Amino acid sequence: MPSYLFWLFATIMLIGACAVIAFRNPVSSALAMVTSFVGLAALFIGLSAFFVGVIQILVYSGAIMVLFLFIIMLLDLKDEKRRTESYLPLVAGLSLVGIFFIQLIGVLSNKLPNQSAPILDKATLAAAAGDYPEGSKINEALTNGKLPDVHLIGETLFTQYNLPLQILGILLLVATVGVVVLSKRQTN
Amino acid sequence: MPALNDYLLVSGLLFSIGLAGVVLRRNIIIVFMCLELMLSAANLTLVAFSRFKVTANDLPDYDGQMLVFFVITVAAAEVAVGLAIIVALYRARQTIHTDELVSLKG
Repeated sequence: MPSYLFWLFATIMLIGACAVIAFRNPVSSALAMVTSFVGLAALFIGLSAFFVGVIQILVYSGAIMVLFLFIIMLLDLKDEKRRTESYLPLVAGLSLVGIFFIQLIGVLSNKLPNQSAPILDKATLAAAAGDYPEGSKINEALTNGKLPDVHLIGETLFTQYNLPLQILGILLLVATVGVVVLSKRQTN
Repeated sequence: MPALNDYLLVSGLLFSIGLAGVVLRRNIIIVFMCLELMLSAANLTLVAFSRFKVTANDLPDYDGQMLVFFVITVAAAEVAVGLAIIVALYRARQTIHTDELVSLKG
């Protein structure tokens, strides 16, 4: 990813994030959040994480934000009124952010290893093909000089991370049942 | 090519903005959105490290992207449950402003 594209998408993402907390109207905030997440998905794709970028758009910008908009519509919220009380929360919030920012500068002022990403050119990909069985899709794509991102993620997910995946399935089931129980109107 | 530091800087800024939103805003739905922003900032860090790690065959390290996958899934479940709680709260109290929810205040 060229530098100017990185800074473009990073700026879109950060401006969207600022707009989320700056807007008074919750619907505007939700739409600003979609902008922010689209910028973030572009950054993911720039990092060659195509699958993560696509599910970022599908799950966050699609499903989660629609859910947010739906709830905002359901509750029929008005614009938040300007507050007039003490500035204690403001000071606390800004000092928290300040401390975090100082920490960030502390981390970034040290020289980190791996300053440049490994180059994913055809030769590297073809060399990596040897690690995967002959005739498999991953091997075939790598030999042709393409990064089979989804296949590699699937391979890792269903071999190395099989148990966490099953547990995740149970978690989603529990969440579904919990949501139904929570949103059922109490009748007694 | 942007360096690892640039990604960490942007992700740290996104996290700070999310944290500021959680502390500053009073509307519980916006607070919830800012939580999602903070989770996304962590995801950006994970993907950046996964790409920049030098592995044996120079492919990205997919362990990091697995964690991102799990985080996104858990976040989706969390949003569903959280919004259901907010709807139940609104039914009980007719407000979602954190200033007006003071029954636990001593």
